[in-house]
Amino acid sequence: MKESEFNWEYAPAPEAKDHAKLKTQYDLFINGKFVKPNSKKYFDTHSPSSLEKLAEVAEANAKDVDSAVSAAKSAYDKVWKKMPAKERAKYIFRIARVMQERARELAVIESMDGGKPIRESRDFDIPTAANHFFYYAGWADKLDYAFPNKKPKSLGVAAQIIPWNFPLLMAAWKIAPALATGNTVVLKPAESTPLTALKLAEIIQDCDLPPGVVNIITGFGNTGAAMVAHPNINKITFTGSTDVATIIQKATAGTNKKITLELGGKAANIIFDDAPIDQAVEGIVNGIFFNQGHVCCAGSRLFVQENVAELVIRKLKERMKTLIVGDPLDKNTDIGAINSKEQLEKINSYLEIGRSEGLELFQTSASLPSKGYYCKPTLFIGAAQSNRVVQEEIFGPVLTIQTFRTIEEVIEKANNIPYGLSAGVWTDKGSKIFNLTSKLRAGVIWANTYNKFDPTSPFGGYKESGFGREGGLHGLAPYLTF
Amino acid sequence: MDPFKNTAIDQVGIEERIARFNSRSIKKQSKTQGLKLALNMIDLTTLEGKDTEGKVIQLCQKALHVSDNIPGLPTVAAVCVYPTHVATAKQILKNSKVKIASVATAFPSGNSSLEIKLEDTKIAVDSGADEIDMVISRGEFLQGNYTFVFDEIAAVKKACGTARLKVILETGELSTLDNVRKASDIAIAAGADFIKTSTGKIQPAATMPVTLVMLLAIKDHFQKTGKMVGMKPAGGISTAKSALQYLVMLNETLGSKWMTNEWFRFGASSLANDIILQLGKEQKGAYFSKDYISID
Repeated sequence: MKESEFNWEYAPAPEAKDHAKLKTQYDLFINGKFVKPNSKKYFDTHSPSSLEKLAEVAEANAKDVDSAVSAAKSAYDKVWKKMPAKERAKYIFRIARVMQERARELAVIESMDGGKPIRESRDFDIPTAANHFFYYAGWADKLDYAFPNKKPKSLGVAAQIIPWNFPLLMAAWKIAPALATGNTVVLKPAESTPLTALKLAEIIQDCDLPPGVVNIITGFGNTGAAMVAHPNINKITFTGSTDVATIIQKATAGTNKKITLELGGKAANIIFDDAPIDQAVEGIVNGIFFNQGHVCCAGSRLFVQENVAELVIRKLKERMKTLIVGDPLDKNTDIGAINSKEQLEKINSYLEIGRSEGLELFQTSASLPSKGYYCKPTLFIGAAQSNRVVQEEIFGPVLTIQTFRTIEEVIEKANNIPYGLSAGVWTDKGSKIFNLTSKLRAGVIWANTYNKFDPTSPFGGYKESGFGREGGLHGLAPYLTF
Repeated sequence: MDPFKNTAIDQVGIEERIARFNSRSIKKQSKTQGLKLALNMIDLTTLEGKDTEGKVIQLCQKALHVSDNIPGLPTVAAVCVYPTHVATAKQILKNSKVKIASVATAFPSGNSSLEIKLEDTKIAVDSGADEIDMVISRGEFLQGNYTFVFDEIAAVKKACGTARLKVILETGELSTLDNVRKASDIAIAAGADFIKTSTGKIQPAATMPVTLVMLLAIKDHFQKTGKMVGMKPAGGISTAKSALQYLVMLNETLGSKWMTNEWFRFGASSLANDIILQLGKEQKGAYFSKDYISID
């Protein structure tokens, strides 16, 4: 038999979207009801893949923010603060259950609105979001055991501002611990991905949560600024860019508001010559191409020991050729659409910067859909600490590759960055892992894996990656006073 | 063995990669295409103490006529029998494309002298076997006697002459993926044309993690030397769905060059009928009764 010309292209396998029910217009979720915005203004949210308009969403102004905060404060004072903790837990548990029941619908909407592949929204985002509610439901009546002899008390109203990269999951990360600790919430999703948070508002309504305990309002930076500035806010949690975090810090200086910030990153993913190479290559791919690289803890700076660099880069290139870039709703898509036009332009400008810095650029010949915002998975080979593409967060599927010779060198270089959110270490040698984890200045360090998340595990950064922890027992403390 | 080579395997990472292969959704024409290829890759096998001439003849008929009521089906790749049944199979299959594979070397345990193993091989080849499926000495391997294992494979390879040699690692007895990788490297270096997971007599037989480790060994060898080596997972693959998952893994690990029965086989007996059932469904839009599918 002669050599085959067998070319196996996977036929399109689109996830059905007929069960994803979207309204044409969404109002603000305040005091348990959807209400028209005082601003009378609405903005459109689009799909970054099909570019179609998915819905109109209300824009909250300062008056809307005020009514949301008032609703939250009154719910806190009159209902939530007084409710026995085990009753609070039941509500949180109920939200988790309904999220699971409606997981398919949530996954489809997440992929339509944000561009992430359905494989990820279905297998990661939605189940992990539900797990956060399950996990924190369990803590609600055990706070005295979490912090023995410290008499933990809730704070009041939490203003929560979340980004567009994991819209529903970030909402869960914020809302679940806030409710478990007895606080009430005003949450603002990002303007480009508001739909799953609004679906969550519907779920919260269905769960009969007392009105005002969770309020979800939509809008742009001004809305967020009004939330931060509101005098009845006791706690601010923000996930997003370091620039916006700076504004928040300035605005809250001299007030009594507690703050948690989870910001950018530029993580080192370090491959030693004794690593399981094929699995490390897989970890590189998961580290940087997960969610199109729109991940604050993405392994965007690859450090490879020089004696295996050629091998690792060759294997990485081969692996990248099997990545399917395309329709987020296709079950076989590995890399979906870039979240917005602005983000795609930002990524492209960094591709230009890398080229002009003289770095070797590698992209696969993957075909991109003719419509929508897409970026091919990209490597910059032969990079150095001095290159801008190494220093700055790109937030896209772009990996820089640097080589190193010794363990001391790689520790220094990994830490030589203003960020400190996460890092990855790949070696078959346990002692080397412990040596590194104690010396890398990063909040989360993965060994022989990457981008693993669990509600029981705390997450947060050093330096310009922010402060405070989310997740796990540690994630309760920022919502409590002792 | 190359002392400078790092072949560390991380089992958790391997399993994650498998989960990723298994999340591929193979539909419509790609499903039909994949199923036909899988059918064409089967080594239809009977390796039982109670095998008879009659049973082997029936198996060969099945190999030639897997399901003539569905037009356009390929034959299977080969039949796989004990050396004593090779001559019988040859009579039926001599004018067809279906190859004859014979197990040899004191299959399945491999616990015998080299003389007997070579003689066993020679009998199978002389009776007309196109392919020899040998077993390695797992006891010697686990004792760390790698040279012994290497020399034995090399000797059997020589005895095969022009017949292609498949080397069975019996991964169910090797315990770790690191051992699977090491045994794969030894077999390839000693001249294996194919490496094969299992005899089918030990559980677990073929699994996706084990097969992936072996595919990666083949890939590394190919990148270093330009020489292709074939892969045969055997035992425990009985559904069309599972066969497609193996093909996805093959396609995304070794690529289209290996997507042929010259370089990939399934050692299986009941797999063929499940593939026929699924292909029939793709063609007719509904499942038909299993009574329409012959069970030789």
